[in-house]
Amino acid sequence: MPNYRIHKTEYIDETKRVSFKYDGKTYFGYEGDTLASALLANGIHLVGRSFKYHRPRGIVSCGAEEPNAICQIGSKKDLTEPNVRATELELYEGLEASSQNCWPNVKFDIGGINNFISPLIPAGFYYKTFMWPKSFWKKVYEPLIRLSAGLGKSPTEPDPDIYDHKHVHYDVLVIGGGVSGIIAAKMAAKNNLKTLLVDDKKILGGSTIYQNNEFIKIDNKLSSEWLKNEIQEIQKLSNLTIKTRTSIAAYHGYNFLLAKENLTDHLPEEKKQNKIRQRLWKIRAKKVVIATGSIERPLVFNNNDRPGILLSNSINKYLDYYGVTCGENIILFTNNDSAYETSISLHKKGIKNLIVDLRKSASSELIKQAESLGIKIYFNHVVTNTFGYRKINSLEIMKLSEDGNTTVGDKIKLSCDCLGMSGGWTPMVHMHTQSGGKLDFRDDDQVFLPKENSEDQISIGSCNGDFDLENIIDKTVNKINKFLDIDNQDYQDTNIICSKENDKRNIWLLPNKIPLGKTKCFIDFQNDSTAKDIKLALKEGFRSIEHVKRYTTTGMATDQGKLSNMHALGIIADTAGVKMGTLGTTTFRPPFTPLTFGTLVGRNVGKFFEVVRKTSMHEWHVENNAEFENVGQWKRPWYYAKKGESMHDAVQRESKAARDSAGILDASTLGKIDIQGTDASEFLNRVYTNAWSKLAIGKCRYGLMLNEDGMVYDDGVTTRISENHYLMTTTTGGAANVLSKLEDYLQTEWPELDVYLTSVTDHYSTASICGPNSKKILNKLFPNLDLSDENFPHMSFKEDKLENINCRIMRISFTGELSYEINIESKYGHSLWKMCIEAGKEFNLTPYGTETMHLLRAEKGFIIVGQDTDGTMTPSDLQMDWIVSKKKYDFIGKRSLYRSDTIREDRKQLVGLLTDDPKEILEEGAQIVSDVKSKPIDMLGHVTSSYFSPNLNKSIALAVVRSGKTMKGQKLIIPMENKNINVTVSDTIFLDKENKRLNA
Amino acid sequence: MFLINCPFCGERDQSEFSSGGEAHIVRPKQPTELSDDEWAEYLFMRKNIKGIQFERWNHVHGCRKWFNVVRDTSNDKILSVYKMGEKPPVNYK
Repeated sequence: MPNYRIHKTEYIDETKRVSFKYDGKTYFGYEGDTLASALLANGIHLVGRSFKYHRPRGIVSCGAEEPNAICQIGSKKDLTEPNVRATELELYEGLEASSQNCWPNVKFDIGGINNFISPLIPAGFYYKTFMWPKSFWKKVYEPLIRLSAGLGKSPTEPDPDIYDHKHVHYDVLVIGGGVSGIIAAKMAAKNNLKTLLVDDKKILGGSTIYQNNEFIKIDNKLSSEWLKNEIQEIQKLSNLTIKTRTSIAAYHGYNFLLAKENLTDHLPEEKKQNKIRQRLWKIRAKKVVIATGSIERPLVFNNNDRPGILLSNSINKYLDYYGVTCGENIILFTNNDSAYETSISLHKKGIKNLIVDLRKSASSELIKQAESLGIKIYFNHVVTNTFGYRKINSLEIMKLSEDGNTTVGDKIKLSCDCLGMSGGWTPMVHMHTQSGGKLDFRDDDQVFLPKENSEDQISIGSCNGDFDLENIIDKTVNKINKFLDIDNQDYQDTNIICSKENDKRNIWLLPNKIPLGKTKCFIDFQNDSTAKDIKLALKEGFRSIEHVKRYTTTGMATDQGKLSNMHALGIIADTAGVKMGTLGTTTFRPPFTPLTFGTLVGRNVGKFFEVVRKTSMHEWHVENNAEFENVGQWKRPWYYAKKGESMHDAVQRESKAARDSAGILDASTLGKIDIQGTDASEFLNRVYTNAWSKLAIGKCRYGLMLNEDGMVYDDGVTTRISENHYLMTTTTGGAANVLSKLEDYLQTEWPELDVYLTSVTDHYSTASICGPNSKKILNKLFPNLDLSDENFPHMSFKEDKLENINCRIMRISFTGELSYEINIESKYGHSLWKMCIEAGKEFNLTPYGTETMHLLRAEKGFIIVGQDTDGTMTPSDLQMDWIVSKKKYDFIGKRSLYRSDTIREDRKQLVGLLTDDPKEILEEGAQIVSDVKSKPIDMLGHVTSSYFSPNLNKSIALAVVRSGKTMKGQKLIIPMENKNINVTVSDTIFLDKENKRLNA
Repeated sequence: MFLINCPFCGERDQSEFSSGGEAHIVRPKQPTELSDDEWAEYLFMRKNIKGIQFERWNHVHGCRKWFNVVRDTSNDKILSVYKMGEKPPVNYK
């Protein structure tokens, strides 16, 4: 096996050998490696196939910007993870990784045929091709697209890992632990500011930490040695928290940032067990220092995507940090000085290399150094083509014309096994723009730089466009002193020696003799978009960068275009003949690198996913086989099925028992608001449509609450407990909103009212007993209470004791039956319920759930707000004009009740529907029409509630129908998928119109 | 995510609050006197300003108090916070 690890470094522990599997084969690396460095050490460049053309692709970078080396980790159904960047994944014993987007394997991939038919799949191929015939969509196109879509495979079972969230507050947050970040953190912490320094790598130091060029020195030491000292020093600072393996995912307003800390991703399987995998830090910082650095740009030339073609600086890091060389005969292709650092490093390790430089000449210290070492440099040359299928083996270069627009002279063919590209540097302005900052364009080296800030933040170092070390350190110190309003003198006398770049030349799309249409000049490696695609998009009329991006999918892969966006912009600007700075950029959206859902969700999984509210009777319901329904956060019994019963059977039985003898409902979830104060009556007058001043103490009244637009908002019964004390009930789902709304009016419109509102929903449990035998059951429970209609009539309230515990008893009814609601302090709710059940045994007291409750009230035509209403129904639409006071001068929503729109006669209005076939049950939500022949069919309304009533032995329904009030007796049609159902419009009250049952 | 300085509780995370839209829209004292258009003006019409906007917020998961906020909607900066019934600060227009 070849070994490309050519020297020892302090970051690789050669005493700790680590075995791992890649595409099923076992390899070895060392502790300190990433998967990418270990693969390169084993001579493996080819790591995947490209998305569209399935071209062989190799490792390009050494960090978060990696477009190609993304792999699938593990194979377990619950733990496998797709799209992991091999350049960021730390190697651990037992790691299993595989390449993606290839079948049967990365070396021989069937999809590779796409490469040869690529002229047939230009930009917008899908939009243009899969258009007709229409019938092909469902059976041919969609399955085809789905088959070829996507990169890795998602896990198919729940994630067993543990994730955590943490909220923290700091005076200063420093993002990025390179040289400028370290200086900033030290200055802040030493000046008594509570500081957090985060860096996504395993160790601090950025790219300076492996710098070993003797021409770049600080205080007469190698810059890396100097920086190691600084790191040792900051580790002693008590004010400073350092988090490595932690990357900022998002920068939100008000300096609120999200960071992901990796805790176990680098550990072997057995050490990951039972530990928190990742932690999401929710950071509030008074000030933020952005020191996120910059990433090297590729160059755009024909066949620039072969395995073995990397970014020049990455070759340098693999060599000096990991001890791995990416080849034995390396060519560096550059337009700037930084490739010379790589060249000199390679030269020092005895790796043969030469440089192809776009620039006509260059004269910095670094270049002189390279020249003096005898490194061959081709100035004013350009790479025009590369060769080698699974790995580069040679390339061609040509001389550039004076203006750089074309090539001249003869091709020179050079052999190589690796090519390093350096197209200059792109400052990582992601955090700055995410925070709301604006950008400026610097024409000199064609970079976008931070300009205005909207948050209290600052960018320093190379993410601010400062590229040489002297500039970086000087500016950092000055800016941080000013930004933090401190006077730190630590770096006053720091002596920096570095090379200064003097010469620049940038060409976004490099010239070639071959027509563009026959070249493969890749811009976005992961999504396979080429310079040709961009030009085609422009030719087809796309102008906005946002449109070109979406049409060509440039920058839309998992790397979010970290390597490609600038080139796309540059080529658009050149082609359209506009200045690049005027084009703007696409939006830099969070997260900076992909996050797992687990990290975002944290501990809120399983039973912690959402708050569950249970009544104090809940256990009894569970023991008695209740099926539950979620109503808001509440668990409400839906129905209680006996052995062998279906839901329909159970509901029919429960409904019948409630009307024939007695039923009991857990009504504890209804919202309860305690209203007190000398103006309580006046307040109710203003919030309900009906009048409240004359409600006697001890009486109850039903109220309808509107929005200011006149639409029904909530309803419920309110009881006057004493002169200045009411208890309001609301719908279960509406409780919190009603309280907020009432508080709003009290605090903002009517602050003069003496009224206090308290939510007491959770304080009381409620058992509602209804049916002809309910009075007898009540009598058993409260033998001393006079239940006669004279003493305790319908819509009234009494207090009594049950085994010495106070109860509030309301005689109110939502079923139309004689009915009592017993309220007791919640802690006694369970006992109350059991005593009711016990007392009711001889009367076949039957517990019923929400479904039966809905059925019973529908028989009586009582509405449910939110089921029969949808925020567009006025009281009149509901045929409830009787509850709207004509005398009251004002109440919420009154004025809206006679707006031109609300008095229209053809509004949708609530009606009853009876099916011609009494056994036919309508579907809730079904459309209602009068004529199915004329097209388009006129929709008149829809069914809101529908049940089979066992008490009437027929199907009943409520519906909203245009002009419904005037349609009684009319025939309508409910068109269903395979039949039309004939119905007749009826009254909304189906049972006991005379309300005899209330006093049965 | 805003950091809102509740006049009763101090600085709290935005997640504790709910927004109540434009402030200083007074409910008419005599709605019945208003024409449909005048009532619609109160009911529906909002300025939706890009720039400095006066708005209402409720510390719904805290003290439950409503209060007023001056916010620049172009950059989300909260410039001032004051209680219900207090006069809006005059230096923002």
